[in-house]
Amino acid sequence: MSYRITGNTGEWEIVVGLEVHAQVISNAKLFSGASASYGGEPNTHVSLIDAGFPGMLPVLNRECVAQAVRTGLGLNAQINLFSRFDRKNYFYADLPTGYQISQFAHPIVGEGKVLVDLADGTTREIGVTRLHLEQDAGKSVHDQDPTRSFIDLNRAGVALMEIVSEPDIRSPEEAGAYLRKLRQILRYIGTCDGNMEEGSMRADVNVSVRKPGEEGYRTRCEIKNVNSIRYVMQSIEVEAQRQIEIWEAGGEVDQETRLFDHVRSETRSLRSKEDAHDYRYFPDPDLLPLVIEQSWVDELKAALPELPEAKRERLEQDYGVSRYEASVLTAEQAVADFYETVAKGADARLATNWMLGDFFAALNRTGRSIEDSPVSAEGLRELLALISDSTINGKIAKEVLEDMVETGESASAIVERKGLRQVTDTGAIENSIREILAANADKVAEYKSGKDKLFGFFVGQTMKAMKGKGNPALVNETLKKLLSE
Amino acid sequence: MSGMHDFTLASARDALKARKISAVELTNAHLDAIERLDGRLNSFITRTPDQARAAAKAADEVLAKGEGGALTGIPLGIKDLFCTNGVRTTAASKILGNFVPPYESTVTSNLLRDGAVFLGKLNLDEFAMGSANLTSAFGPVENPWKRNGSDAKLVPGGSSGGSAAAVAAGLVLGATGTDTGGSIRQPAAFTGIAGIKPTYGRCSRFGTIAFASSLDQAGPMARNLQDCAILLESMAGFDERDSTSVDTPVPNYEAALTRGVKGLRVGIPKEYHAPGMPAEIEALWQQGINWLKAAGAEIVDISLPHTKYGLPTYYIAALAEASSNLARYDGVRFGERVNGSSLDALYEATRAAGFGEEVKRRILIGTHVLSSGYYDAYYLRAQKVRTLIQRDFLNAYENVDVILTPTAPSGAFAQDEKPTDPVQMYLNDVFTVPASMAGVPALSVPAGLDARGVPLGLQLIGKFFDEETLIAAGHVIEQAASFTHRPAIHAGVSA
Repeated sequence: MSYRITGNTGEWEIVVGLEVHAQVISNAKLFSGASASYGGEPNTHVSLIDAGFPGMLPVLNRECVAQAVRTGLGLNAQINLFSRFDRKNYFYADLPTGYQISQFAHPIVGEGKVLVDLADGTTREIGVTRLHLEQDAGKSVHDQDPTRSFIDLNRAGVALMEIVSEPDIRSPEEAGAYLRKLRQILRYIGTCDGNMEEGSMRADVNVSVRKPGEEGYRTRCEIKNVNSIRYVMQSIEVEAQRQIEIWEAGGEVDQETRLFDHVRSETRSLRSKEDAHDYRYFPDPDLLPLVIEQSWVDELKAALPELPEAKRERLEQDYGVSRYEASVLTAEQAVADFYETVAKGADARLATNWMLGDFFAALNRTGRSIEDSPVSAEGLRELLALISDSTINGKIAKEVLEDMVETGESASAIVERKGLRQVTDTGAIENSIREILAANADKVAEYKSGKDKLFGFFVGQTMKAMKGKGNPALVNETLKKLLSE
Repeated sequence: MSGMHDFTLASARDALKARKISAVELTNAHLDAIERLDGRLNSFITRTPDQARAAAKAADEVLAKGEGGALTGIPLGIKDLFCTNGVRTTAASKILGNFVPPYESTVTSNLLRDGAVFLGKLNLDEFAMGSANLTSAFGPVENPWKRNGSDAKLVPGGSSGGSAAAVAAGLVLGATGTDTGGSIRQPAAFTGIAGIKPTYGRCSRFGTIAFASSLDQAGPMARNLQDCAILLESMAGFDERDSTSVDTPVPNYEAALTRGVKGLRVGIPKEYHAPGMPAEIEALWQQGINWLKAAGAEIVDISLPHTKYGLPTYYIAALAEASSNLARYDGVRFGERVNGSSLDALYEATRAAGFGEEVKRRILIGTHVLSSGYYDAYYLRAQKVRTLIQRDFLNAYENVDVILTPTAPSGAFAQDEKPTDPVQMYLNDVFTVPASMAGVPALSVPAGLDARGVPLGLQLIGKFFDEETLIAAGHVIEQAASFTHRPAIHAGVSA
C-alpha cells in the first residue's frame, strides 16, 4: 500500500531524501590529535589546529578514513580510491577557521544502497548517493549570559560522515525504517554509535510533494538538524501537509531551509534560497588528494563483522528460527552475539523461546540492556541445559531465572540451594501418586466412570505434593498406569 | 668591533668553532648595529635582545665544550610570519594585535635546534602581500642602498623586505624569508643579497602564517649562496605536521656549492624578454649567460609558452586561497577585536580595522574569483593554466638542467615612486611567479649594479628538489660577478 496524503484536490505522494550526519567513532578528531570523545568540560578537547590558530595545519586521521571506507562497504557502496577535501567557506563564531573541511566534488564513497523492511513484510531499496567525510563545527551557547554568547570547541573538528540518500523515500515509515537500518549498520560496523540524543547522528530532511504518477520533482524544502527518528517522521508529515496546502491554494513552495519545532509540531523558515550562503568551495590546499589502495580496502572488507542482513539469514539457517525471530535477534549485534552464545550446541528452539520470552521480559522489567544484562549468556545457557537434561522442568526454570536476575547466582547453585532438582525416581513418584489416589477415592471412581478431564486434577495434585519438582512426563506416565490398575 | 661586520655566516661559524670570537660578542655587535641603524631602516618589528644575549651565552657554553650544531651562535633575523614561541608574531598586521604564539614554527624550531640566535622578528608586507614592503602596519622598510648622489628612500622589495634590508645592512648574518610569488627572490635582488625559494614541500609550512598555502615556501636569505645553503640545510626537512611537506632526504647543500657547471645545460626562455624591460637588465642577463658559458655550461634557447599567463593566474590562485586563509582573523579567539552589536557587526568592525588596504583588496579579489558563477571562469581556469605552466617547466627540463632569467624587471624603486595602479605593482613578480606556480626551486643572486648604483639580481630556476644544481650554478655567477659592493647604510660603515 502506497502512502498517500489526501488533500482537497485529491491524493498526494511525498518525496523524501535524507542527509544523515553520523559522528565517526575515533579516538582523535579528523585533522588533529585532540580527543573526539563526547562530553568533557567546555573547550578541554581542543587543539590549536581545531581553534584555527595562525600557521596551524590539518593532518588527516587515517582511522577516520578507514571508518568511512568500512561504512561504505557496509552500504554496498562504491569506494572511491581517489577523493579530495574541499573548503566550505562561511563565517560563524563556532567555526574557528572560517571554513569547514569537507568533501564536495570528490567524496570517498559513491553510490550504494540500503534495504529496509517495512511493517507489511515488504522490503524497499533506498539508494545512497554518496558518503563523505567532513569536520563538525563547535557549539555556540546563547543562554548563559544576556548579551554574550559562549563557544565550546570540543566538537570542532570531530569527524562526521555525511550520508546522502537518493530521493527514494515515499513515506514517514520508510524514512524511519531507513534511519533505523542505517543506524543498525553503523553500529554493527562500529563506525558510529548512532546516539541521536547526544547528537552523534542527526538528519537533514528534504521533503517535496507531487501528484501520484507525476514526472519529476517539485520544489523541496530542507528541514535541518532533526535529532530523533520520531521527529524525522513527524516533520515529514507536517512539512508535506504544509506544502500540499500551499500548492492547493494555488501558491508556490519556495526552496528554503526550515527548522522543525516538535512542541508545536510545525516547521518554520530558517533562511530562503536568496539568503543561502555562497560557500565558495575549493580544494583545501593544505591537504593532498586522498588516494587509497584497493588492497587496503580489501583488508578492511575482510575484517568487517557480519552485517545484519547476512546474520539474519544465517540465524534462520543455522538455528531454524523464523524470519521475524531472526530480525529481532539481529536488531543489535550484542543481542545476536548473546543469542548465539546461548544457542550454540544447545536446543536452539528452547534458546529462541527463552531469549524472546522470559529473558527479554526480565530485561524489560529490570530496565537493563543486553550489554549490562543481569544474566550472562553463559548463565542462561546453563539454565537451559538444566531443562534439557531434565534436572529441572520449565516451570521451575522460570522461578530459577527470576532468582538469577535478583541474586546473580548461577542456575545450578540456585537449584542446589533451593533443592529444586526434578524428581525422576519412579518409586518416589509412584508413592506420591498412590497417596493422592487414596485420598481422593471418589474422584478416582468418577474418572474411571468416564470423567477423563479429572486426569489434569490428579497431575496438579501430584505436582503440588511434589512441590513442582516431579518430572512431568514420568508423572503422566505413572498416573496413567496406576489409574488403569 | 667593526671587524665583526665583515663576517659572512660561514666565516662567522668557522671563527666561532675555532673560538676566535665568542657568540656573545658576535651577537652584541649585531644588536648594537640594530640599535644604531634600525631606527631608520625599520627592518625589525620586534627586537629580542635579552633572549638573544641569553642564547648567545648558552651557545658559547656549548662551543666551549667543542660541541654545537651548524648554526651555534649565529645571529639571525626571523621574518615575522613565522610563529615564535613566546615572542609576539604579527604578520605585519594590526589584526593580530599582540598575538604571542604558544608554539614555534617548524622552520624556526629547526634553526634553534642547530643553535641559531634570534635577534628578533623582521618586517614584511602585511600578510606577505606586497612587493615593496610598503603595506606593513608597522611602517615601510627602507632599502639600505642609495642611488648614486640621491638620498631618496628606496624600497627593499617585498614581501620579505625586512629580511632583505637587515641582511644587506649587516644587522643579521642571515634571515628567514617566505616566497609565495617572489617574496624572497625579488627583495634579495633589490638589496644585493642571495635568496633561495626551495621546491614547494622542501620546508615545512607548520607554524608559518599562511598567505597562499599551495605556493608559500620558506627559504633562506643571506649575503651569499654559501650562507643560504647552510641555512637551507637546517630549515628544510619532512614534517608530519605539514601534509604537503615532502619526505625526501636533505642533502648537504653547502657541499654542492663548488660543483661547477661544466656540461650543465642552461635554458634561456625567450618569453622572459619582456617588452619595456630596461636595457641594462637585458645586458646583465647576457652577462650571466656569458659567465656560465665561460665556466663550461651549455646555453640552450628554450620556450616556456605559458609564461604570459603566469601573473594573472597567480593573482587568482593565490588570492583565492588567501581569502579563505585569512577568514580565521575574525576577532573571536585571538588578536584584535572591535566589538559590534551582532556577530556580523563584530566581524565587520574587526576586519575593517585590522586589515590594511592591500590585504582587503586581495581578500575581495579572492572572494570574487571563488564565488558562485565566477569559479569556473577564474579559479578553475587558473588551476588549469597552472598545470600548463608546470608542464612548460617539465618539458624544458627534458633538455636543460637549470633556467637563467633576470629576477625582476627593474632595480629597487623609490618609496614615493610606488605605482598608483596596484596591477602595475604586481608586475614586479612577473619573472618570479612562474616558478612559484610550478612549485620548482629558484634563487636570486646579486650580479651587478644598474647605472644608478642599485643592485640587480639574476634568477636561476631548477628541477624539483634539485636545489644543489641551482646552488652550484648560482655560485658560478656569484664568483664571476664578484659582487662586493656594500649598501650606503651598513653596520660596517660608520654612519
